[in-house]
Amino acid sequence: MLAFVVFGSFWLEIFLKVGVLRRVRRVVLSILPTAVIFLIWDYYAVISGHWWFDEEQVVGIFGPKGIPLEEFLFFIVVPLASLLTIEAVRSRRPRWQFGDER
Amino acid sequence: MTYTQLAITAVALVILFDLFGIKTKLVTRKAYWTSYAIILFFQLISNWWLTSRGILTYDEDVIIGWRIASAPAEDIFFGFAMVTLTMSLWIFWGRRGVQRN
Repeated sequence: MLAFVVFGSFWLEIFLKVGVLRRVRRVVLSILPTAVIFLIWDYYAVISGHWWFDEEQVVGIFGPKGIPLEEFLFFIVVPLASLLTIEAVRSRRPRWQFGDER
Repeated sequence: MTYTQLAITAVALVILFDLFGIKTKLVTRKAYWTSYAIILFFQLISNWWLTSRGILTYDEDVIIGWRIASAPAEDIFFGFAMVTLTMSLWIFWGRRGVQRN
């Protein structure tokens, strides 16, 4: 599923030249706070038993409370895909305003 | 709190943060909603994959029980809050002049 999201969005970087992946500082400043907040939520949900992962269907590397590696990657890959998406929309619809134009 | 309560709270907080916190006002923009629609489409496919195969399972007692593409409706709220916060921060940093291009 992570591979699906990666392949589904990262081609935008190459073909639409959105230049998200080279803007490392801005990417980190946008994703890190989000990932931290949602990982806290995920951690709370796992310890409270809101949801759980099938240990047979993950690669088998676990963080605290049995949270699989894939779950940590999820909080990086999905937000990154969202940034690629808005920049792709911007590149195809240059007149639409996002609010950070000069 | 249940997943339902947390999901609704998260959506409300993220919208308030976008509108009045960092004032990016993405939720008022066509450009944002077009992007979100694309993301939502792919989220539904990913959600369906994860839940229909049992990679991810939810406690029925903490969700309202409505299912969209096999996943709890709450997941739509979770995903909305997560990607909207990310995009809002991205626009915020762009506005502040951080790596505009």
